[in-house]
Amino acid sequence: MPRWLAHLIVVVLFAAGIALAFWRVGYAWNWAGVWDYRQKFVQGWLTTVGLSIAALAASVAIGGVAAFMLRSRQSLVEATARIYVELIRGTPLLVQLLIGFYVVASAVGLENRYVVGVAVLALFSGAYMAEIFRGGLDAIPKAQLDSARAIGLAPAQTLRLVVLPQAVRIVLPAVAGQLVSLIKDSSLLSVIAISEFTLAAQEVNSFTYSTLESYLPLAAGYLAVTLPLAGVSRWLERRFRYEAA
Amino acid sequence: MKLDVRGLVQRFTTPAAAGRPATTATVLDGLNLATADITALVLVGPSGGGKSTLLRILAGLDVPTAGNVAFDDVPLPRDETGLRGYRRTVGTVFQAYNLFPHLTAMDNLLLPLVHVHGLSPAAAADRVRGPLERFRLTQHAHKRPAELSGGQKQRIAILRALVTQPQRLFLDEPTSALDPEMRSEVLEMIGELRTSGTQFILVTHEMAFARRVADEVAFIADGRVLAHDRSRAFFTEQAHPRVRAFLDGALAS
Repeated sequence: MPRWLAHLIVVVLFAAGIALAFWRVGYAWNWAGVWDYRQKFVQGWLTTVGLSIAALAASVAIGGVAAFMLRSRQSLVEATARIYVELIRGTPLLVQLLIGFYVVASAVGLENRYVVGVAVLALFSGAYMAEIFRGGLDAIPKAQLDSARAIGLAPAQTLRLVVLPQAVRIVLPAVAGQLVSLIKDSSLLSVIAISEFTLAAQEVNSFTYSTLESYLPLAAGYLAVTLPLAGVSRWLERRFRYEAA
Repeated sequence: MKLDVRGLVQRFTTPAAAGRPATTATVLDGLNLATADITALVLVGPSGGGKSTLLRILAGLDVPTAGNVAFDDVPLPRDETGLRGYRRTVGTVFQAYNLFPHLTAMDNLLLPLVHVHGLSPAAAADRVRGPLERFRLTQHAHKRPAELSGGQKQRIAILRALVTQPQRLFLDEPTSALDPEMRSEVLEMIGELRTSGTQFILVTHEMAFARRVADEVAFIADGRVLAHDRSRAFFTEQAHPRVRAFLDGALAS
């Protein structure tokens, strides 16, 4: 059976199951009220996509720097990165957003909630990225570094030509998963009153009292971003594929 | 090449860890070795005796704890920048090939030429074409290491060390990881290099091959040179009882 057919069958069966559940509870649909607010969904979705792209780029950069700090032989540098990673991973994003916005940002006089939101989200995701990247760097065998030195490569060349190309392949699936998480985690930005996608759905719900009609488009909207991302990730994995030898 | 090694010491310290004090292992214990002006030196001896440790120092990969090394009366640099410059003038081949798995065999050969020796990609490709042909590897050039046999991988690894036209090669047990039928193709290649005058220092357990290619042979055990002689004398007139026993055992197997 071709892969696309297998996917189609599973999707159809799954959708049928969900539809059956809705039919059994006898939910009375009212799409008309929600349709009036479609513009709000579109704006919220665009905001979410924009914020996610910004946080995504920043979190890769932060994670990259933190990964090298985690591997540093300077104990103060290593400790800084280690504590950052453990504090962020061990506490809820909700709390980080509230403290980041109402305490830290206020203290330094930063008032743009979008900037603060992206920064907190990037720092949050960056902690996970740091551990993923560190694992990828650690996975490069020492023999590869020997080989690079024997050829006469300088340290920066070794990183660029030998270590990173191999590490990218190792971390790619985990990074893609983390990026999907980041996009969904951006829904928490609604708590600092950023009018992103989830807040739009919440507002439409409070105007129309049509709860499921408000939230189902939300699920579809997130899938519209995360599914292509998963596709790109698989394509990249195929491009970087080679057997370790 | 004329090698002169004096009082070479290499100690490795394992730092203290949970419930375990720091330990120091002395792998080279004041090793001395001076050769005539020769083409091929072969290092033999029991595993763990210090052959590979010595070779890594000679290849500029490790810095000794103490002692001096000179090739043709030029001492080896001791700082990393100086050593990197030195490593660019020599070639090193490892037991486990250590090819770059993300690159094709061809790109493994081109990488040092383009990124270390400053050749244009076209000039580098020109440079490797002949050697690939000579060692019958052209049809494998587009493959990644995982698609090559062990013998092919090692021959590509030797070529990678060779195409930069180094002053000499260091080969660390290049056939130890190979099946017997693949050993011969690698040994044959090294034998060809010997015939064409490439200078090398080889660590190996292949005694018959050592006898064939070496100008001089040194037996290393417990971090010292126990015996060192011209190849023919080393194998036929060996007086040292421990070396004699080692050779009898190796040649019998």
